[in-house]
Amino acid sequence: MAKLRVEDLKRIKEAAKGTVNLRAGEYRVKITVHLGTCGIAAGARKIMNFLLEKIQKTGAADIILTSSGCAGLCNHEPMMTVEVKDSAPVKYVLLDEEKATKIFDEHVMNGHPVSKYALSVGSETTY
Amino acid sequence: MEDLSLHILDIVENATTAGATRVEIRIIEDTKSDLLQITIKDDGHGMDSQTLKGVTDPFVTSRTTRRVGLGIPLFEQAAREAGGRLSVASEAGLGTELTATFQAGHIDRKPMGDMGATLVSLIAGNPDVDFVYEYKRDGKRTSLDTRSIKDEIEGFSTISDPKILQLIQEMVNNPES
Repeated sequence: MAKLRVEDLKRIKEAAKGTVNLRAGEYRVKITVHLGTCGIAAGARKIMNFLLEKIQKTGAADIILTSSGCAGLCNHEPMMTVEVKDSAPVKYVLLDEEKATKIFDEHVMNGHPVSKYALSVGSETTY
Repeated sequence: MEDLSLHILDIVENATTAGATRVEIRIIEDTKSDLLQITIKDDGHGMDSQTLKGVTDPFVTSRTTRRVGLGIPLFEQAAREAGGRLSVASEAGLGTELTATFQAGHIDRKPMGDMGATLVSLIAGNPDVDFVYEYKRDGKRTSLDTRSIKDEIEGFSTISDPKILQLIQEMVNNPES
């Protein structure tokens, strides 16, 4: 208990000093991982943690990672939505770490959507 | 769900969807009495008695994207399989408290899993919600309150900073290191 509260809070404070706080609302890319029951059961938490690691490695302060619930396409989980500012959001389906890496490197970092992992357009029902 | 930490993530997501501003996750493990108890308490908008009655029924859900809700039924199944039970108390406007018990040493009791990853996912996805986490095992206690972390780093950073989240995950998973 003591270790968690005192020493680690100090560590967190030290770590925080080195970061640039751009997360207060301004962002370039927003990534939403779907954390409904279906998503969690399919491995969405792993994707969420993996993306956090990726964001930290790049040191980018203009990427927001957040979560949402079930989108109604439970058989396509794990899913995430990537929104680059001023572009249409893209939903990616059936994710694993390999796909997430490619999407992160190409879409999130360079703005080029990875269409082969995206939800196909016009052939889905939402119930 | 593979482990209990994933069930906890799922149930707490319900709480945040219900508009909670503060969620308490308390886990007590007692080897002597062979008990594992998980309590999740929120201050969200709660449920009326009619909704509460159907809470463990998979075909009762508040969602609109599909017609079944499996979060609580699956957690209840996990508890029952390990010689325990699940109960939910709630009052409209006040919040909800869910308690799941398990025989700690039951052969079908799912492992705890990665609570650090669960907490970090919750904080990242809900930076405005305060989370209290407490884990007591045979008298040893680990706890975390995101409110105090937020107060500490105010002006420097925000709690959803990946660097800070990683520290939190390490702290939760290795409290003694």
